Amino acid sequence: MIEILQPGILSSVQDLGRYGQRQLGIHPGGALNTLALISANLLVGNPREAAGLEITMGACEMRFRCDTRFALTGDDFDARLDGKAIAPYWSTPVRAGQKLKLSHCSRDGTPAIRTYLALAGGIATPVVLGSRSTDLKAGFGGHQGRALRKGDRLPLGEMRSALERIGGPAFGVRSPHWNGLAALPYDSSEHLTLRVLPGPEFEQFTVAARQSLWQEKWRITPNSNRMGYRLEGPELKRKLSRDLLSHGVVPGVIQVPPSGKPIILMGDAQTTGGYPKIGVVISADMWKLAQAPLNAQLQLQLCDLEQALHASTEQQDYLHQMEQTLAALDWSRASQYRK
Amino acid sequence: MMSQPQIHFLGDGALQCSLSPPATLKHQQRIWHIAEQAATWPEVAEVVPGMNNLTLIMHRPVSDFDSVTKRILETWPKGDSGGIAGRDIEIPVVYGGSAGPDLDVVARHTGLSTKEVIARHSNGQYVVYFIGFQPGFAYMGGLDPTLATPRQSQPRLSVAAGSIGIGGEQTGIYPQSSPGGWQVLGRTALSLFDPAKNPPTLLRAGDRVRFTVERIAK
Repeated sequence: MIEILQPGILSSVQDLGRYGQRQLGIHPGGALNTLALISANLLVGNPREAAGLEITMGACEMRFRCDTRFALTGDDFDARLDGKAIAPYWSTPVRAGQKLKLSHCSRDGTPAIRTYLALAGGIATPVVLGSRSTDLKAGFGGHQGRALRKGDRLPLGEMRSALERIGGPAFGVRSPHWNGLAALPYDSSEHLTLRVLPGPEFEQFTVAARQSLWQEKWRITPNSNRMGYRLEGPELKRKLSRDLLSHGVVPGVIQVPPSGKPIILMGDAQTTGGYPKIGVVISADMWKLAQAPLNAQLQLQLCDLEQALHASTEQQDYLHQMEQTLAALDWSRASQYRK
Repeated sequence: MMSQPQIHFLGDGALQCSLSPPATLKHQQRIWHIAEQAATWPEVAEVVPGMNNLTLIMHRPVSDFDSVTKRILETWPKGDSGGIAGRDIEIPVVYGGSAGPDLDVVARHTGLSTKEVIARHSNGQYVVYFIGFQPGFAYMGGLDPTLATPRQSQPRLSVAAGSIGIGGEQTGIYPQSSPGGWQVLGRTALSLFDPAKNPPTLLRAGDRVRFTVERIAK
């Protein structure tokens, strides 16, 4: 069990999402950065889909009530275990009574937004409609259907692997950034490049709008959340004024309301929408968007389906490689090097 | 002859098929039918019917969009245009009073007495076109056109769960307490969405709905 001492701005239990019920109006939700949650789970010996915590903007503090092992992935919030620095993408054994504290910003002061915490055995809140994810809007799933509060106690599941995994040494893996998954030719420290497929209504926008989509920089406004990121940039005008009939939408869709200001839909977006869709961020780049801080500048880059599917394969290869490497670790030998 | 849908990619994991407007019940019945079929295809993970359109969410990794596109086009003209076996569902409503704070607004807008608004609303035979927006929120067709009333210019911050409202030419029920701009006529005590139940929603696409007058509140 872990006890939440400080929940931070928004911390919630999330797994890989709630699927199969969109036709009942139930959105998939789940961790916005699934790559990070899966990595964290693998690092502590969990199955990929175990539930962990998604912690927004850091400033979260918790006490472990049992011996376990944890990993933090995604952004770095200068995490400290009883004051000792813990690097992201590391798997660390922990004793009952120890305290983990995340600061409100990263170690070097760079803006950060989300971090993921996995614990050996996974967070064992009840499965609701096929998932442990918290549906913050409809108020179910996760821990009592809400964001975490001070004093909440979260149960952990049975550990899948042998106990020596807990006792074994700390170790780390290369983050997706180190592995080159984040670096696109046009990425820079000033902006993040996202690859985008033209949406079903792309051709309905003016030539000027279609050009600005690819050429201008788009700022993520602070009025952004797990439902959608609102972007600031030039107004995107549509040639037609006819309303669309309500239709299914998915995370990654870039919809343009009559204001001309685009919104990128995220995991908690409603299942159907009515605004024209100028583009869709490829699924392999959604994790980068999950980690993009408020006010970050985005560069949208046109890509095709083949590139999108290739990028997905690269991402799966990264996870698969991590899985293989961790499976091959000789835990009994590793424990000889403790301390 | 049923017109063929336009098919678009919706990102790298979904396909969207849509029919040209205007939306009709006949087209919608075809959408339900195709949705039911497509849900059984091995490449398809989820189906999301919309208003005269259908979105297919694919299993990942997506291997073959082409075969699914071909299958949609083959399936579309075939089969039963009678749609799917919807259920008949009665929803008891307390009209007016604090349960229906906008009953007077609708009466004034339509020029009907509140009694007549209630009579026409509860005499309607409604069809659930699809569920979207929120868990269990039904988009229903069949509102008596004389009852059409525009949404409120300033949405309420909170509309109670079970509230039944009119928004333009549509009527619907709020499954959860939420902000909303529809003109609220009444409220039902039935639960429209309960995550502890299976299935979790009272309504699904294709259902036929009648509202019955449980009571008229002062």
